[in-house]
Amino acid sequence: MQNLSEPFPTEQNNRQQLRKALGVFLISLLVLLVTFFLSVKIGAFHISISTLFKTLFQYSGSKEQVLVATARIPRAVVTVIIGANLGIAGALMQAITRNPLASPSIFGVNAGASVAIVFAIVVLSINNSLLLVFIAFLGGLLAVSIVYGMSASFKGGNIEVKMAFTGIVIQAFLSSITQGLLLFNEDKTESVLFWLAGSVTGMAWKHVWILLPFSLLAMLISVSLGRFISLISLGDEVAQGLGLRVALLRRFVIVLVVILSGVAVSVAGPIGFVGLIVPHMVRYLVGRDYRWVIPISAVFGSALLTLADVCSRFISFPYETPVGVVTALIGTPYFIYLARTKKGDLYEG
Amino acid sequence: MRDETKVLLTIERDRQTRTMHALLIIALLCLITAFFAILNLGLGTVHYSPLEIIRSFFRGGNVDTYVIVMDYRFPRIALALLVGAALATSGVIAQSVLRNPLASPSTLGISGGSGLAALITSMFFSSMGPFIISLSAFAGGGLVALAIYLFAYEKGVAPIRLAIVGVAIGAFCSAGIQLLVAKSGDNVSIALMWLSGSLWGRTWEQVWQITPIILVILPIAWLLAIRLNIMRLGDSVATALGLRVEVTRFLLLTCSVLLASAAVSAVGLIGFVGLVAPHMAKKIMGSRHQFILPTAALLGALLVLVSDYLGRALIPPIEIPAGLITAAIGAPYFLYLMWRESRKGSSI
Repeated sequence: MQNLSEPFPTEQNNRQQLRKALGVFLISLLVLLVTFFLSVKIGAFHISISTLFKTLFQYSGSKEQVLVATARIPRAVVTVIIGANLGIAGALMQAITRNPLASPSIFGVNAGASVAIVFAIVVLSINNSLLLVFIAFLGGLLAVSIVYGMSASFKGGNIEVKMAFTGIVIQAFLSSITQGLLLFNEDKTESVLFWLAGSVTGMAWKHVWILLPFSLLAMLISVSLGRFISLISLGDEVAQGLGLRVALLRRFVIVLVVILSGVAVSVAGPIGFVGLIVPHMVRYLVGRDYRWVIPISAVFGSALLTLADVCSRFISFPYETPVGVVTALIGTPYFIYLARTKKGDLYEG
Repeated sequence: MRDETKVLLTIERDRQTRTMHALLIIALLCLITAFFAILNLGLGTVHYSPLEIIRSFFRGGNVDTYVIVMDYRFPRIALALLVGAALATSGVIAQSVLRNPLASPSTLGISGGSGLAALITSMFFSSMGPFIISLSAFAGGGLVALAIYLFAYEKGVAPIRLAIVGVAIGAFCSAGIQLLVAKSGDNVSIALMWLSGSLWGRTWEQVWQITPIILVILPIAWLLAIRLNIMRLGDSVATALGLRVEVTRFLLLTCSVLLASAAVSAVGLIGFVGLVAPHMAKKIMGSRHQFILPTAALLGALLVLVSDYLGRALIPPIEIPAGLITAAIGAPYFLYLMWRESRKGSSI
């Protein structure tokens, strides 16, 4: 439930909020730049700042420069895009379901993509990474359509609750299939296990080119829908009363969420927590105006994931730890803090 | 005045018929469970007919049959029954105390905590044998549940806060599990087997480990059923009715945690039973926990039993872990139940 007793924003309030949101946006962009820089610089092989600039402005093809240009930078770019995708997808989900615990995985995107990838690698022995990305995306899409189709076929009740129920059941079903496949094909499991934990290791420019078009399109649409999302987050009655076609918009937003989280999971595996906590942080800082929450969630998500990726290189240096593990390690304490102090809006649901 | 008496009488009679119905259903479930138990005992490399098995209970017939059935197959069936009943009861309590239909023993941290503890033990102290792994799983589940309770405690434990903290800590533990599984290399398959919950190779030893706990806690949980009815109405109503909410909640949660961690410590992570058996029981029995609890326990036992049977019967001699089958048959059945319910027009 939203706190409707809050007075409507006055003109002055509005301007104040605008300034605050703009400030948060700029600061978070700055943080993102710093983490991006760290992500390129730090690793098993240290890159000096001068090498970095030389790579950008006078490329000579030395060993270090090749490393920066073909491994570090694409990896960092992929991380930024995926973080932004997950941040926006989480914000959208929590707005349309009005449930502070909602995240894209409720629709079964992650479970579907996981089962598809494991099936493709273990049973069909597919190694082509581009093909795998495509298969994962299809798997995610299929799972979501099943969840949506089934919950729509149940009469009565409201769609969010039904989707949560169906989603959790389908997820359990799919993940038991995933585990079964893994269990009976031990020899091929190691790389799959790493993917399943969520990881941005070994990303190259081709991954960027897969991610970029879908993500950019979905992000732009999401940001432009901000004012409608704000309305929908106030409750169906309010939104309907203000002339919004709620059911249509909700379906459209679900498609956006699936695209955003689907491409992310297909490239990097299921990375939890970013979509769950980023929207909470952002709403805590700038309020519930989704015209701001959505873009800032994107930047926050990118910064958080990049930071987690940098940390993941230290946990068992020089080996890498799946970044999904790190986001959970960072996210949990923050989430408990949110649950204990009532400052966050965890209780509105 | 006479009208009032008549109404009261009708209500009373109505209640009696419903009680009779409930008892009938429970008796029926007992029969089905017994039937599957005997069927399950007959399945294996050597097949036995139900008649032979019943005869071997009374030491009649072949000595070999007696040894195979009682020493090798019976502990497995006993475990399936105990574990299913424990998980389902634990789930009923969790859902009613947290007042959340999506809650299950894993929301209280059991699967995450015990999984992590068992995995760590099996990786670093691999020579210690199954007893130590069971023990650490039990301890891990209890510790994580306690941690969740303490993190959520602030002048009492609000159910929503407990659920949120539970989800967060559960995710934290499963991240740890994934990390260990991804890093462990050689021991992966043992760990995966444990994580997917299997009844393979269990002996009387495991049965004796968990029987005392489960057989003590199940009746206690049943005695607390009336309090569960009241707890479901919300904290303020329960307080107004004279219930010491915080104490009762702690007591109930302790029961739930003990049951689930005992179950998990013996057989590994069998998911979904604790989520779906309570829902089935509520759909069948309505809202009185005196009946929901035994029904859920029987349904849980049945679910694990049937899953174990299917896991062994589908592609012999390969065994599919029961934990995988519970989700694979539980999920479609649950969805069917939801669908049928929605046809009747009641909301979920």
